Amino acid sequence: MKNKYNIYLLLAFLTTCTPLLSVDWADFRGPDGNPVHDGSLPLNWDVKNNTNVAWRTSLPGRGVSSPIVVGDLVVVTASGGSKQQRLFVLGFDQTSGKQRWKRSFWATGRTYTHPTSSNAAPSPVSDGEYIYAFYSSNDLVCLDLDGNLMWYRGLAHDYPKAGNDVGMASSPAIAGDVVIVQIENQGDSFASGIDRITGEELWRVPRDPRANWSSPVAYKETDGSYTVLLQSPSGLNAVEAKTGNEKWTKDLSCGNITSPLKIDDAIYFGAGGTTKLKLNETGTTPETLWNANRLTANAASPIVDGDKLYIVSGSIVKCADSSNGDLLWQVRLKGRFWATPILSNGHLYTFNQDGLVQIVKTGEEGEIVAEFEVGEPVLGTPAAANNALFFRSDSTLWKISK
Amino acid sequence: MIYYLRKLCLSVVLLGLGLMNASVFGAEIDELTAQINSIGLKGAGHAKARSAMAELAKTDVTDITQILSSFDSSNKLAVNWLRAAVDGIIEQATDNGEAVPIDSLLKFIEDRNNDANARRVAYEWIVELAPGNRDAILLASLQDPSLEIRRDAVAHSIAKAAALVDDDNESALAAYKTTLNSARDLDQIETITKAIEDLGGTVNLSKHFGFLMDWHLIGPFDNSGTKGFDVAYGPEVKIDLGNAIEGKMGNVKWFTHSTEDRYGMMDLNQIMPEKYKGAIAYAYTTFESVKAQDVEIRLGCVNGNKIWVNGKMITSNHVYHANTSIDQYIAKANLKAGSNEILVKVAQNEQEESWAQRWQFQLRVCDQFGTAILSSDRK
Repeated sequence: MKNKYNIYLLLAFLTTCTPLLSVDWADFRGPDGNPVHDGSLPLNWDVKNNTNVAWRTSLPGRGVSSPIVVGDLVVVTASGGSKQQRLFVLGFDQTSGKQRWKRSFWATGRTYTHPTSSNAAPSPVSDGEYIYAFYSSNDLVCLDLDGNLMWYRGLAHDYPKAGNDVGMASSPAIAGDVVIVQIENQGDSFASGIDRITGEELWRVPRDPRANWSSPVAYKETDGSYTVLLQSPSGLNAVEAKTGNEKWTKDLSCGNITSPLKIDDAIYFGAGGTTKLKLNETGTTPETLWNANRLTANAASPIVDGDKLYIVSGSIVKCADSSNGDLLWQVRLKGRFWATPILSNGHLYTFNQDGLVQIVKTGEEGEIVAEFEVGEPVLGTPAAANNALFFRSDSTLWKISK
Repeated sequence: MIYYLRKLCLSVVLLGLGLMNASVFGAEIDELTAQINSIGLKGAGHAKARSAMAELAKTDVTDITQILSSFDSSNKLAVNWLRAAVDGIIEQATDNGEAVPIDSLLKFIEDRNNDANARRVAYEWIVELAPGNRDAILLASLQDPSLEIRRDAVAHSIAKAAALVDDDNESALAAYKTTLNSARDLDQIETITKAIEDLGGTVNLSKHFGFLMDWHLIGPFDNSGTKGFDVAYGPEVKIDLGNAIEGKMGNVKWFTHSTEDRYGMMDLNQIMPEKYKGAIAYAYTTFESVKAQDVEIRLGCVNGNKIWVNGKMITSNHVYHANTSIDQYIAKANLKAGSNEILVKVAQNEQEESWAQRWQFQLRVCDQFGTAILSSDRK
């Protein structure tokens, strides 16, 4: 590892001469929080015969977090031990599936979750330089791409009443130089901005003291500053990423599992079904464009592709006109869904809780064109990069590609 | 131009790296680990710790036990930084084909005065790099102070006992009973209990865990709008088991109840006269301690709760219907020799969902390892 630190120094120095490494799918739900892959993913695979299964690898623990893809690295988290007190961050070679490094920690906060969830529920995020792994126990780990620890925060160690024994699941977001965490529960309920380099707290604001699993969403303003969207049961707030100061709020009864989606000057989020807002140039409270109570999403977050909006309502995939919320078509699937589907090349890749993959061809009508069994529960949203699909079942990481 | 600038940058950095690549030794390692062990809450000490981590990464793998010796698990944050350093150094050494000092790691594990988490790190690397040592370690680890090592030892022992079943049930039963004495994790205890009972044996599970089974109860008191959680009703002021006091719906009196649930569950919806909502009940008992001692009071409760030991509040959790489990809340307490008073406040809210109706608690007294400490008058 001593050489790895030296290499890190070298990379840091050369950062002045070269841009950061390319980032492919480094967030929960992918770039901009909209899980659309501009590529072609296999429409059929068979896990028993390894058809289009590039590789699979067992993980040292369970998890419902998503993998992320950073350059040629696939990163995933897991938790293990009798009380899920062991935390793992693992880096794999994207091409071969070989494990490059494994980092292991002990949780400093509460580790209890519902049996279907896991301490490794929030998805990691990367800015292409560092990886930020977060857990239900509110442990926040910063590693470089070689797995070297940059800093470690125990946010429930700092604020001991932070936690939910059903399990926390909000994934962190990166807003410029700030890592955003949203920790909402009946105890110490707050959102916080943390310096991405030092791990020190920049700000912390109290939040609705109710259970919430929604993830923060960050976006860049035209002046270069960053805004963060925080969705809670009591409303949707926009705050300045550097200070946590509120910019605007929409007092609406919102979902507490889905996360908002910001596309161009629009925000789609779960309130009274689905609501669409239009951002304005002044940065004040956005206008409500429409609300569609038939578009109620349970756990999966919205997906937008041009003039089409997709949500998963119960076990039904619904396609709506993104300009007005009108329902265009719907297809009933099998099972219960936690993972947000991925849209690629006109197909929605859906994963139900039992590990059944159902691929829905989109268009004027929706049609299920393929079904595959994974053999393990899948609750985490997949990732996609370079015409490959990466997903994690309960304790296995997969790469699907032609 | 940019290409040559990059080459110049690279040359300068590589020259610098060559100078910086010297290993750290002895007192330097101690200074670096001390800086990491100084990490505090809310990011305090991060700057120094980050610098120390970069330097510590230069430690030769032959000195790895010196870093392990610096672990102090009372600093939960620092042990994670130190573990990352150890794992990184060993990982790099193995990548480079360097020999990892397995013998030193084995000696480190043998000394049970070493930090439990540090010993676990050593164990995991031994299992990874020299798995032939695993069985010998586990055979000697049924009473290990590292609960993670002990868990593996118990699993190993369960497998050995299972192998005896049918061929020699008497020996299997004895092996399971021995293993049960070491088990501290619920899933393993349940596995062993089932095996013993399948073999015709018996297990007093509530005694194994140390659940308190006999309680005095009183209620309901008002918790409308959850506002009663911080109201000090009569039992918080004075325990008077003989007289009636004013409750939510008139005067209430203490009564006794003994649970027969093997996990010590006190189901207040069954025990109290009605399934009250927006209500508080108090449970009171005494615990006879053979000596003055530090203990852990471990509570499982899906409702808002507070616990007092000898009049001192040791935990307060204003959380409703967010899952529950054995040992959900762990609080430290000091028992005096003789009789000790334990008072529990259990607050029910007014949620109407079917999953938000439970009103219950289970409480046990144990040491830091989860080993039951029994009241001296327990039958």
